[in-house]
Amino acid sequence: MSLPSEYRKWRDEIQGYAREYGLDFFETIFELITYEEINYIASYGGFPIRYPHWRFGMQYEELSKSYAYGLSKIYEMVINNDPCYAYLMKSNQMVDQKLVMAHVYAHCDFFKNNMYFSKTNRKMMDIMANHATQIERHIDRYGAETVENFIDSCLSIENLIEPHSVFNQPVAVEDEKPTDPNGSLDFRFHSEKTYLESYINPPEILEQKRKEWQEKQEKSRKKIPPHPQQDVLAFLLTHAPLEQWQYDILSIIREEAYYFAPQGQTKIMNEGWATYWHSKIMTTRVLSDAEIIDYADHHSGTVAASPGQLNPYRLGVELFKDIEDRWNKGKFGKEYDECDDYWTKKNWDKKLGLGREKIFEVRKMVNDVMFIDAFLTPEFVSEHLLFTYQHNASTGYYEISDREFKVVKQKLLQGLTNWGQPFIFVEDGNFLNRGELLLRHRHEGIDLNIEEAQDTLKNIYTIWNRPVNLESILGEKKVRFIFDGKEHSVKNIG
Amino acid sequence: MSKRIEKDQARFRNIIRGRVKQNLKKYITRGEMIGKRGKDFVSIPIDQVHIPKFRHDPRMGGGVGQGKGEKGTPVGQGDDPGHGQAGTAPGEHLMEVDVSLEELADMLAEELELPNIQPKGQKNIQSDKRVYTGISQAGPESLRHFKHTFKRALRRQIAAGNYDPKNPIIVPVREDRRYRTWKIKEEPVAKALIVYMMDVSGSMGEEQKEIVRLESFWIDTWLQRQYKNLETRYIIHDAVAHLVDRETFYTTRESGGTIISSAYKLVREMIEQDFPVDEWNIYFFHFSDGDNWGESDTNECFSILEKTLLPAANLFCYGQVESPYGSGQFIKDLRTHFQEEEKLVLSEIGDKEAIYNSIKEFLGKGR
Repeated sequence: MSLPSEYRKWRDEIQGYAREYGLDFFETIFELITYEEINYIASYGGFPIRYPHWRFGMQYEELSKSYAYGLSKIYEMVINNDPCYAYLMKSNQMVDQKLVMAHVYAHCDFFKNNMYFSKTNRKMMDIMANHATQIERHIDRYGAETVENFIDSCLSIENLIEPHSVFNQPVAVEDEKPTDPNGSLDFRFHSEKTYLESYINPPEILEQKRKEWQEKQEKSRKKIPPHPQQDVLAFLLTHAPLEQWQYDILSIIREEAYYFAPQGQTKIMNEGWATYWHSKIMTTRVLSDAEIIDYADHHSGTVAASPGQLNPYRLGVELFKDIEDRWNKGKFGKEYDECDDYWTKKNWDKKLGLGREKIFEVRKMVNDVMFIDAFLTPEFVSEHLLFTYQHNASTGYYEISDREFKVVKQKLLQGLTNWGQPFIFVEDGNFLNRGELLLRHRHEGIDLNIEEAQDTLKNIYTIWNRPVNLESILGEKKVRFIFDGKEHSVKNIG
Repeated sequence: MSKRIEKDQARFRNIIRGRVKQNLKKYITRGEMIGKRGKDFVSIPIDQVHIPKFRHDPRMGGGVGQGKGEKGTPVGQGDDPGHGQAGTAPGEHLMEVDVSLEELADMLAEELELPNIQPKGQKNIQSDKRVYTGISQAGPESLRHFKHTFKRALRRQIAAGNYDPKNPIIVPVREDRRYRTWKIKEEPVAKALIVYMMDVSGSMGEEQKEIVRLESFWIDTWLQRQYKNLETRYIIHDAVAHLVDRETFYTTRESGGTIISSAYKLVREMIEQDFPVDEWNIYFFHFSDGDNWGESDTNECFSILEKTLLPAANLFCYGQVESPYGSGQFIKDLRTHFQEEEKLVLSEIGDKEAIYNSIKEFLGKGR
């Protein structure tokens, strides 16, 4: 539905302010839709067309119910696409719509400029629709039940991708080959003193070396993958015995997972950035006197910290403000870091005015992990009352465990690295020389949820069709989970 | 509204129904769902359906939160309280699904292998039913019979010689149109009456009532599925019997002794006045702890049963719940006295777990 004229007027005006502040975005198309439509598009992750799957229906049911009971309402939704699509809900007040427009332009700027989005497909709207058509065709041919079950299995491992791999050129690493100038194999020690030849290079030793080398070559050639591989989906696509339609579906799931990955990697920054700019644009340019109370109400709702929770909008916007402030005042660098007088540090102001420039640079170059790693300061942690919590088995409660800067930062980073999910690698595609699959969990202090891990193995089995193994650590013991197609077992492997 | 999401939603609901069915036994013995009963459906809380993934053990992880508090201040229980992992999905929680009572009854039937009930022959109660039987030349457009209409048109065109097999276009005109017509058919309808009787003497505690409540909920659900016209009456008794409404039936707690015949007398009166036996399928369900006042009253009960209630009933079910004071004598007396009577079903319900079997005993006869 095309926008009514009042909306168009505000859109153009707000777009002007956004550009004036230096935001740089794709063309952005706003659509005015009802709450039913917004719930349904939100269930599809922001897209009007996705492939058929029950989990979208579940999302829809939940969203509709919680909207109907007044528990939640979706204000804003925007898709990383060129042009960007954004949705406005009809029933919202005009002041909300303005807020959302300002917010959306900042999101679009982030999509366009942040490095981690640079490799995403900007025609995803079309691609998603194509995926839907493709999967529907498979459903017609192989049956809804069959296809859906396979999709379930694939979704079970959709998080096993390597988000940084889009920036890598795959490099083939080979052992250095011992060659002589003629190009043939040469294992000899080279010496000027030729009379030593038979002593330093006895023929039987040479022969043995050659054999060893050949064996090693053969072995490494057989090892699939040659190096542990984090992109499990890619591995399965190449090596699992898939039929054409299964291959299709798995690669669709993988493509969509990669498309959504940067949004998970930059949640705090992206929301922080958008919140920063909507508040800037609204408070300095757009708001009329009559709207100020409603605006303040909704803005504070967005950045509210419910007790004991961390709101990414709030953390993001506060960190951006903090960075801007520090770079404006020159609160960085060697001199500042080495200063140990509290008041000098607090009142530090070199009047550099670099803040705005710095935050634009930050939004371009980093993701959440680097954002926290580089810009979270002890002052910020204590000012914003951040703490870590831990589960206390004896009371059954989660309790505040620490307010120390280092601990808080480490915990935050742990929660963000790899989306806070366990690292899983494919270790061997021909485990025990029986065509079994061996995965390894890189244990970083937290065990896996066993029940879910076993169900996941079961799902991988339907793709791999041979027994699936997972090495991990459980309560400090090395174990291997096995699903052999019929039952689960766990082996201690010392 | 888009059909796409509706399809997904329907698919999801199907999956949920499968889950409910799998766990029906659990739900039968638990009361949660009955409290959430709407007019035509119940809300059933179930675990959220989710796709398994490799995840961390939530209890080992912990996370980061924001706010005031000393070390050791609790911030939440059970589920992961905060956005320890910003950007990931919210934690697991229960969700409620609505299942219609009809569907629930079907699930129950399948699970308990209940036979459909054969109503008594009810010739004298009729209801009108439309049966589409014929074709006529006039009628509303919504009932137009396309096949007949086109056949008429084809016949007319062939007869008139303007039908070309190479270019088979048929254009019906006004006179070709044919419509479905119906006849009103009278159909016998089965009507049913359920009479619940409960002993509310001092020895029947909360837990016993809960059992009765659960069991009658399921019985109701099933019989409602079987009969279109279902009347329900509730009777409570200790030493005297009262006809009460549903609410009172489940909440009243009286004290005093137990004279079962008082209830039976009241029922007899009610049936004789309002529910002619040849029109109604009558079901009696009587729950008591079986501690009747004395042998003479028990004998009176037997005579009422023999003379009036059993001949009138499709089924007379007596469920004896076990009270804190033990289980009474009444069920044994019934058992010895009515050995051959197949309309009488006896069931001992020791605890909530026994409800499942008890329902099966009561309704498994298909009467």
